[in-house]
Amino acid sequence: MTSSTLLKHPGGSMGDTHQARYLSITALLVLVLLASMGLSLGLGSFPSPFGKVLNALVTPQDSDIAFIVWELRLPRIVLAVLVGAALAVAGAILQGIVRNPLASPDVIGITSGAAMSAVTFLALFGTSLSIHWLPVAALIGALLSAMLVFFLAWKRGITPSRMVLVGIGLSAAMGAVTTLLIVVSDDAAAMYAYVWLTGSLYAAQWQDVLGMLPWLLVAVPLCLTYARHMDAMALGDHVAQGLGVNVLRSRLVLMACSVALAGAAVAFAGGLSFVGLIAPHIAARLVGRGFARLVPATALLGALIVLYADLLGRVAFLPKDLPAGIFVSAVGAPFFVYLLHRTRYRSH
Amino acid sequence: MPSTPATPPRLTGEALRVGYESQRVLDGVDLAVAEGKLTVLLGPNGSGKSTLLKTLARTLAPSAGRVCLDGKDIHRSNTREVAQRLGILPQGPSAPEGLTVRQLVSMGRFPHQRLWRQDAEQDARAIRAAMAYTDVADFADRSVDALSGGQRQRCWIAMVLAQETDLVLLDEPTTYLDLKVQVDLLELLARLAHEHGRTLLLVLHDLNLAAAYADQLVMMRDGRILHRGTPDEVFTAANLKAVFDLDANVIHDPHSGRQVCVPTSVPRAATLPQVVAAQMSA
Repeated sequence: MTSSTLLKHPGGSMGDTHQARYLSITALLVLVLLASMGLSLGLGSFPSPFGKVLNALVTPQDSDIAFIVWELRLPRIVLAVLVGAALAVAGAILQGIVRNPLASPDVIGITSGAAMSAVTFLALFGTSLSIHWLPVAALIGALLSAMLVFFLAWKRGITPSRMVLVGIGLSAAMGAVTTLLIVVSDDAAAMYAYVWLTGSLYAAQWQDVLGMLPWLLVAVPLCLTYARHMDAMALGDHVAQGLGVNVLRSRLVLMACSVALAGAAVAFAGGLSFVGLIAPHIAARLVGRGFARLVPATALLGALIVLYADLLGRVAFLPKDLPAGIFVSAVGAPFFVYLLHRTRYRSH
Repeated sequence: MPSTPATPPRLTGEALRVGYESQRVLDGVDLAVAEGKLTVLLGPNGSGKSTLLKTLARTLAPSAGRVCLDGKDIHRSNTREVAQRLGILPQGPSAPEGLTVRQLVSMGRFPHQRLWRQDAEQDARAIRAAMAYTDVADFADRSVDALSGGQRQRCWIAMVLAQETDLVLLDEPTTYLDLKVQVDLLELLARLAHEHGRTLLLVLHDLNLAAAYADQLVMMRDGRILHRGTPDEVFTAANLKAVFDLDANVIHDPHSGRQVCVPTSVPRAATLPQVVAAQMSA
């Protein structure tokens, strides 16, 4: 049984047409994602026809591009999909908890905590320790900053608005430290730090995929089991409590899922902003209300966004390989302004 | 004295205190909500009536005293198990953009659902019944935020009814609505108590509507209950003066048999031009 059938809204014949629409849109997104992954496998500094790529995938021992497909492109593509999905779901969770469409992992300090920690690692151990420890440093930074935001925002419980304010303040402070560290560290480390901060999937390996995957496998099902709680909390804390939701516990579990997803994504792909902001919005337009429906569509859209951003970075400016973060931000920043404008307009 | 209720009360507050020494919002309040009746909390702004409702609803924890539901401290009970017996509608709830009426009403089933175990049949039946009772079925698939104030409030009440609880607490369910809409809502709520045996506790602002529809009135001032009883017993000019500092005549409407209060303290001396002149010179 899938979670969508378990968690669907009960009641009525009209609910079934909504259900059918949701299922067809989600299925369509899956197909588009698979096709895009196939397209991306064939493109690069060494373009390969689809037949050759397929051949390399199925019988790598007989193919002369097996190394390019299996070791260079596929891990990078899979990581892009996982990172995009994780960032998007992390954003959907946060927007649900905070009940503000402008919330995203960047806003409450998760991204900047990971960034500060990663840059600190590069500045202090960039020459002495293996770069493979960078994701660990970033992840620890993400978790610590999330805990700090929680601790500072705690006042006999957690209110979303205070959490956002504390997160913004803490982000600014940690951003300053990050800049300072880049300025004082040597050129090579500073260069690497810059690329990492923009968000890049350059030189992704299967090891990164395996590091990323468990976070998704734990956090996404866990947040789905709280889908009805999330829907109830969207009606306000008091209504949710009246319905029997343990608001504090639900919020903590969902927050933990969001931090784990965003922290892991940032650890393996750097500071990709705006994915967690854009994907949930488009998904909500497509599948409507209900967190259990929103999560799969959001994850697929986030995966598509990062996949295409990385594809553009790889092939649009050959021989340069540009960080995917540039393209996500190029689309994301105007979108953010649009949302801001729309929110302000609506409130009048 | 109010007659003893036929069934013992299930929801009681004992010696409730809320707030700090310097500012007591509730100061030793005892209340047993009468079973199968519509009880209205009345009082001026800041009297603590809304705080009392929230404390009974477990939204607020008292600093002293306790709230018992079926003999068990409500603040120590499993919140989902409480929600299967006690429904609440807070003041001025707001639905997220795009949420349909049916989706909102179906949220009322939350306390009866488990992730792995849902009675879809029972859920659908409760949702249908709640929408039919509140007359919102015609716009079940429209967005809640596109409806009028009265329709919207009926949808929220439908959500609480879909919860199928014996006890329902509502905080100012009629505020900001047209008089006719208020009357319709109160008719609906009164029928819930009288025809379906539900126990209702409401905070209301309108004195005459409270007197018209309440089985029991609870009058509060400064964090204490001053008077309680049927409207015939406690809706008197003397009590309105004591509770609201309101000079009013209470008359008995022979047609409806209800008590009506008519304010008498109209300032005759000051006319509007005089008031304006006084403000301008100040």
